[in-house]
Amino acid sequence: MLTTIAGRPVHVNDEGFLTEFDEWDETVAAALAADIGVVLDEERLAVLRFVRRDYHERGTTPTLRRVSATGGFDTKRLFVLFPKKPAKKMAYVAGVPKPVGCV
Amino acid sequence: MKNLLVLGAGTAGTMAVAKLRPRLPASDWRITVVDRDDEHHYQPGYLFVPFGVYDRADVVRPRSRYLPEGVDLVLGEIAAIDPEGCAVTLADGTALAYDELIVATGTSPRPDQTPGMLGDAWRRSVHEFYTLAGAEALRDALAGFAGGRLVAHVSELPVKCPVAPLEFLFLADAHFRDRGIRERVELVFVTPLDGAFTTPVAAERLAGLLEARGIAVETDFVVERIDADGRALVSYDERTVPFDLLVTVPVNMGADAIAACGLGDELQHVAVDPGTLQSRRFPNVFALGDANDAPTSKAGSAVHLALESFVENFVQHARGLPMTHAYDGRVNCFVETGGGKALLLDFDYATQPSPGRYPLSAVGPFSGLEETTMNHVGKMMFKWAYWHLLLRGRDLPLPSGAPRSDVEPRLEGAAS
Repeated sequence: MLTTIAGRPVHVNDEGFLTEFDEWDETVAAALAADIGVVLDEERLAVLRFVRRDYHERGTTPTLRRVSATGGFDTKRLFVLFPKKPAKKMAYVAGVPKPVGCV
Repeated sequence: MKNLLVLGAGTAGTMAVAKLRPRLPASDWRITVVDRDDEHHYQPGYLFVPFGVYDRADVVRPRSRYLPEGVDLVLGEIAAIDPEGCAVTLADGTALAYDELIVATGTSPRPDQTPGMLGDAWRRSVHEFYTLAGAEALRDALAGFAGGRLVAHVSELPVKCPVAPLEFLFLADAHFRDRGIRERVELVFVTPLDGAFTTPVAAERLAGLLEARGIAVETDFVVERIDADGRALVSYDERTVPFDLLVTVPVNMGADAIAACGLGDELQHVAVDPGTLQSRRFPNVFALGDANDAPTSKAGSAVHLALESFVENFVQHARGLPMTHAYDGRVNCFVETGGGKALLLDFDYATQPSPGRYPLSAVGPFSGLEETTMNHVGKMMFKWAYWHLLLRGRDLPLPSGAPRSDVEPRLEGAAS
């Protein structure tokens, strides 16, 4: 569905995740970050850039382990930056699909 | 003469060669299977060992007995895979060259990946049931458990047979009831997921079953370490869950040789195309079953269902033709719920578990997402079917199409 975030039209699913990769920018990200109660600072942006680059290259949202092992971010720190549900929240703010729990 | 080399004579490797051998002319293709030992374990049986239903004799048979004529079994530890040089080296120095490689080395519990898991408490107050030795140690621990807090725990996904921890709790609930001490035991399920299971429909159904049995659930819990002295799980966001007896599912990882050769992801599972199960990097490498990173369950039924398309594809590929079939991620499993009942889950890459019935001329009907005695019977019959049908490349008397109310399910290899 079409909605407005930070004054611009973007497509989201019923859980609010962006569905169009290219509709994301840092202004949209700042609004999404505020929505989950965190501030979009340089440290968080570095994580989001990795998540987006990895998604773009592989076509799947990276797991928490992958963000840590491949992106080089400390897992404990990720829980501070994106509390409680870091994998889901990183995806939400980065504008990529909600990570699929492996069935 | 060309060489097909298969790493692993477990469920995936054994079923694959049983189906491929008759399809690849013996004059053109030599098939060699490598494994570290000659013990084939019926892994779904581990769940029943802690409760004394099965023992070692039920779950272990010689691998060699289940490999077809015309397939060589080489025993040895895999030291290195060289996908560029098309060769595999064993620990004793033996080099095996291949034209086509199938990696079927599975995924294994790695308690070493979580600080504090291995240590003095391991197999005393900290247990697992994904190995035979672990299931046997847990059987003894359960027999001596007279009351307290029993925590079943999943470290990280994916794990093989993701419903098994829930089944363990259902069976533990029934076990303590039988012993008349259920009220002295607190049962807790701790999961990194945001619900009891991955897919919403099944999660809701399974959450209901947990609640009905008085089993507490702690969600979004990603374990950082185990405080063995304090007998507690500690998460990255510094929550603690105390236990008297912990039954954990350690992090699951593929074979170490996969990491070293660059075929795998960060959990050492081979990166594949989900439809063809062909390596994303090397066209003459495939990965079957738990060893690959396909986004479906790590379960024997997944590889069984994947083989339908895989075998056709591989025969085309071996003739130099394009592969025209695709695996849809289909998997189904009986979920043991205790008290002689079970329910049935069935899903694929795109579809949620669907409630439905599997009409079987021999034993049916089985019911999807409902607890029935018949589903339990199906689960227990499965051990016989595994040894006698599946490993020998024969089909189960189960339909392979999803059960739908408007479509008559297709029956394959009818049992009648």
